[in-house]
Amino acid sequence: MPRINSAAELETLREGILAKKVPDKPCISICAGIACLGLGNGKVISAFEDELKKQSLEDKVELRATGCHGFCEKGPLVVIYPEEICYVEVKPEDVPEIVAKTVVDKQVIDRLVYTDPATGSKAALQSEIPFYKNQMRLLIGNSPKINPQSIEDYLAIGGYAALAKALFEMSPEEVLQEIKTANLRGRGGGGFPAGSKWETARNAPGEPKYVIVNAHEGEPGAFMDRALFTGNPHLVLEGLIIGAYTIGSSQGFIYTRHDTPVLRKNLDLALEQAREYGFLGKNIMGSGFDFDIEVHLDVGIFVSGESSALMRSIEGKAPEPRPKYIRTSVSGIWDKPSNLNNVETWANVPQIINNGSAWYSSIGTERSKGTKLISLSGNIVNSGVVEIPMGTSLREIIFDFGGGIPNGKKLKAIHFGGPMGGSIPESLIDTPLDFDALSKLGASLGAGDMLVLDEDTCMVEIARFFLEFLSGESCGKCVPCREGIRQMLGILTRMTAGKGKEGDLELLEEISEVVGEAALCSLGRSVQKPLLSMFKYFRDEFEAHIKEKKCPAQYCKGLS
Amino acid sequence: MSEFIVQIDGVEVTAPEGTTVLEAAKKAGVTIPTLCHHEILEPYGGCRLCTVEAEVRGRTKLVAACLYPVEKDLIVRTRSEKVDRIRKMILELLLAHAPDARDLQELASEYGADKNRFGKEPSFCIHCGLCVRYCAEIKKKNAISFVAMGPSREISFIPEIAAKECWDCKECFPLCPTEALQAAFVLTKEMAFPSPSLEPAPAE
Repeated sequence: MPRINSAAELETLREGILAKKVPDKPCISICAGIACLGLGNGKVISAFEDELKKQSLEDKVELRATGCHGFCEKGPLVVIYPEEICYVEVKPEDVPEIVAKTVVDKQVIDRLVYTDPATGSKAALQSEIPFYKNQMRLLIGNSPKINPQSIEDYLAIGGYAALAKALFEMSPEEVLQEIKTANLRGRGGGGFPAGSKWETARNAPGEPKYVIVNAHEGEPGAFMDRALFTGNPHLVLEGLIIGAYTIGSSQGFIYTRHDTPVLRKNLDLALEQAREYGFLGKNIMGSGFDFDIEVHLDVGIFVSGESSALMRSIEGKAPEPRPKYIRTSVSGIWDKPSNLNNVETWANVPQIINNGSAWYSSIGTERSKGTKLISLSGNIVNSGVVEIPMGTSLREIIFDFGGGIPNGKKLKAIHFGGPMGGSIPESLIDTPLDFDALSKLGASLGAGDMLVLDEDTCMVEIARFFLEFLSGESCGKCVPCREGIRQMLGILTRMTAGKGKEGDLELLEEISEVVGEAALCSLGRSVQKPLLSMFKYFRDEFEAHIKEKKCPAQYCKGLS
Repeated sequence: MSEFIVQIDGVEVTAPEGTTVLEAAKKAGVTIPTLCHHEILEPYGGCRLCTVEAEVRGRTKLVAACLYPVEKDLIVRTRSEKVDRIRKMILELLLAHAPDARDLQELASEYGADKNRFGKEPSFCIHCGLCVRYCAEIKKKNAISFVAMGPSREISFIPEIAAKECWDCKECFPLCPTEALQAAFVLTKEMAFPSPSLEPAPAE
């Protein structure tokens, strides 16, 4: 068992792993992300296994089922290394040809490569496909290159080097300073500076302190955290261990969904391997630092992703939020200092330690640094997960990476942040991806889920949909959220059925004000946000439903 | 433990650290309306009727008085246009469920709340949780609980526990701000018609 007891031993092990690798050995990397599996990639994987066996190529070719490659729209995806030839929409019947022609004879199969629907031009290499070109895949880019169930694959790409650097070359204060200078902001929705949060937890009295990964990705349309965590679990673990060292925590928790079995499996394996190699447990890498992680599953309700509700859930209680007049970083799980960050936030930590805060803060805008994972869905040609530098314009995201709107339709709105976010109209498409620029427009970035809506979308219906979602996901503890959602949903349902009345919009605004100001938790105080953003930009559409009994998008049945 | 001097509606009062605004207001002789609060129970923060304006060093925010701890230089305004507007709406939302509850009616006249603002959905329960929390915190029986989520949330007696514990207790009934109707109703119903899935398995 190769337990690592020093930074030098880690390097020796890494060199050993790399030395074992045959240079230019062909590798078939098959996306086993949730979308590709849904599209039948399981069968493609078995077909490759069978074919390699048949051709007696098992030892000469590496076969790797990996995490999400990002280009969900064109799945099942298969990439052949070392050339990096990318095949899209692969079927099991294509497999013998891929092995014979591409893997063995190094020829490109024309019909399987990506064809740009606009220009008709083909792109054989992953880096040439417009969806991938110009992305900055610092976090998710490694997913096609590693087997998420193999710690050796992670070590081969430099894994746990940041942890070694933090433990042996930096004091916790220095790590903290690096994260603060990098200006890493929370990726879960709030955009709160991670360094300040860490500092509060570090300085707060009380032992033990806890560090938590919020992997409770629950918004409809958000799937980037799951993609990243399932595809590269050690990256997040490494970030968490560094955070624990900085904050002075000996116990970590991963809070995740009960309905993501692949993530759970990869995570359990990753934790087991990390313990075996000495990255978790007592005396990590011989540094004297002790830390371990426990996985906790949710109970299937959206509000349990809210930090205080999540912490109650870890305590074994019902996930009801508590007011955060005292921050959870001071008094969280069992009233101890508890630092919670989302999956993507933790995943950013190792690269900041490896490359330094100056490097990190050179990426992005003045106040939003680094890259951001975006899950693109809705009326968009290329749905999937993209990673781009902060500051990229929404126009580039939708048209360059996303490939525009399908079926010749016009873009109408972009909705960020799901049921607690907001919509902005097509006219604001040149807005940069930036925490503050978007919040100013009333559409906070949220966790990075971007729902693209075309001209056939009825905004009243979208507002109604989100409230309907929330009515099953609010905990129901406080009056403004529970009763506010009930009444707002009732009014909007009436409007979409052609029964809106004069005064409905004013009443919705009045309820919104009370919900936004008086609800107990951040979920409750955000439920009115989508509606208010739509009032701001699409008020005439709401008025048409009431006054003219007309649905301008011609979506609502029963209205003209 | 340190003490803070706080100002509540212009009245200065000294309160030890850890005191809530609601407790400090009581000391200052200022009444803040509540529905889910009870002195013998842990503060809950569910009804939000005790929402007040709290100003600290020039920054004002809306907080729940039953939970907000006093701090240095705190100025509290228990009535303002905004606070009154919030209370009016909360009362109107609750009156849709319990239009005849006396506590609600008294508050409604104080804040000008219209009990017909929203369509009636008389469930009687306003989810203050007094019964649930009393049973859990004081009696430590957990015979009554909240079930379901969001707008579908309701209180429910747990038949196996209730059948054993409730008959000679019923101490939660008088706590109900909607005159114990719901608690009594739900209890009776659960006793008379226990859900089949919750019936104890027959002895082998």
